[in-house]
Amino acid sequence: MITQDDVRKIADLSRLALRDGEAEAFGAQLNSILTYVQQMNALDTSAIEPTSHVIPLQNIVREDVVRASLPREAALQNAPDATDLFYRVPKIIE
Amino acid sequence: MRRNYEAVIGLEVHAQMRTNTKIFCGCPTTFGAKPNTQTCPVCTGLPGVLPVLNRKALEFTVKTGLAMNCRISPYSRFARKNYFYPDLPKGYQISQYELPVCEGGWVDISVDGETRRIGITRIHMEEDAGKNIHEGGSYSYVDLNRACTPLMEIVSEPDIRSPKDAAQYMRKLRTILRYLGVCDGNMEEGSLRCDANISIRPVGQKEYGTRTELKNINSFRFVEKAIEYEIARQIRIVDEGGTVVQETRLWDSAAGVTQSMRSKEEAHDYRYFPDPDLTPIVVQQSWVDEIRASLPELPDAKQARYTSSFRLPEADADQLTAEQAVALWFEAAVAAGAPPKAVANWMMTELMKHLNDENRPIEECPVQPARLAGLIALIEQGIISGKIAKTVFEEMYATGRDADSIVKEKGLVQISDSGAIEQAVDDILAKHPGEVARYREGDEKLLGFFVGQLMRAMKGKANPQLANELLKKKLV
Repeated sequence: MITQDDVRKIADLSRLALRDGEAEAFGAQLNSILTYVQQMNALDTSAIEPTSHVIPLQNIVREDVVRASLPREAALQNAPDATDLFYRVPKIIE
Repeated sequence: MRRNYEAVIGLEVHAQMRTNTKIFCGCPTTFGAKPNTQTCPVCTGLPGVLPVLNRKALEFTVKTGLAMNCRISPYSRFARKNYFYPDLPKGYQISQYELPVCEGGWVDISVDGETRRIGITRIHMEEDAGKNIHEGGSYSYVDLNRACTPLMEIVSEPDIRSPKDAAQYMRKLRTILRYLGVCDGNMEEGSLRCDANISIRPVGQKEYGTRTELKNINSFRFVEKAIEYEIARQIRIVDEGGTVVQETRLWDSAAGVTQSMRSKEEAHDYRYFPDPDLTPIVVQQSWVDEIRASLPELPDAKQARYTSSFRLPEADADQLTAEQAVALWFEAAVAAGAPPKAVANWMMTELMKHLNDENRPIEECPVQPARLAGLIALIEQGIISGKIAKTVFEEMYATGRDADSIVKEKGLVQISDSGAIEQAVDDILAKHPGEVARYREGDEKLLGFFVGQLMRAMKGKANPQLANELLKKKLV
């Protein structure tokens, strides 16, 4: 069971602000999803490797060759805040 | 450290790989580029892009694993490590969690003549974060050039017992990484970084004490100092009846202390899961064999060869193998026919002194290895004295010329003609009757005076052995 505290913790980790009542609403939705997935428990999966990738591909690699980077102006243009050189963020207090 | 506690230390070393491009995109990794000029939609985490693994980064990691005696996993994969920080554009770092590329290896370190084996738990690949810049005022600034730079994280077993061993282990990793050419090992530029997990326990106790994680250690000197400080701090707490709190601490090199980062507990809730954007990695044994065959001779093997085949003392072998370029220079001089010990002596004194004074790497040494061998040959053949050889070496270093032509041009050939030396001895004895009398009365220290006079008269070119013999004979 997902408790409202769990929901608040997950929201906090995800930097999501919850309004009043949302912890309860999302908690109920998450529980219904988990209950649905729990049907899997009725099956014996002990001999099955956990699936981490659904596409049957492996070793997709690239050669170590430089490609053009974005011009700085382009890289910074959609940032919420920037100077001529940097992304600008509220002061980070270590 | 007091006798009744022992420290248990494990290091996590991040080594920046010397690839041309980032781990998941084609942006260059040049150090010191202007801010935010080496980024693209992949490494800035824009929507709709896919990371693709740099094959070289995988090869470098396998290479390092083999050099550190690890098993290479036939199947491994990437995972997302989720946390928020402004230098991490995607909100997660692509790393490896379960199934890293390399597991279960070791490196040997040598401390005070004793060899100790430090276990390697794992070596995995991951991407670096960007760089935050803090200035005064109410903002921080972010440069994403470094974001997505390929890193290897080399995790040791908690096998390290002292700050000195920790520093030695770091040095050994650096040496191996540089031999392999997979990392430049430059701690000042952050190419090699170290976090330390430290705990203490009463000697004889099997269970580990509560550990703290030390971050921000960026020089060999600080590895030792920071760990020393942290061990002393923990012992003080326990001695005073307190308990060590599990936390992350930062080394403050200016103040010489470690400080709690007071980060929230959630900061360590990384919620790792397999990254669906990257395919699993299947490493074929044939490729591993190919990489193994391409490994250079590593420092331990070189050192063993230097002490056994070349009969060098261990200290010499240590010093000559710490840098591959120095070792190769040494081997080239020996291959040119010089006795190994003579080459070692010249390299560890005159040659290194000059290079260190000018902060010049041995690759740029003006004296070629074969030419040092040539100089040594002149000494061995009795053509010049060891003393004159130093003068010749100076000239060789300044001009890059060979010893033979310098000796000929400057007329430095040693005089081994006993007639000429005898003549000079007679002149000197005639000039200093007082000293001769005192010597004959038993003041034998004066021999040095006569040798000095003789060498000056002959411009240092007299064969020293012959000069001594003739002086003694005539002074009787």
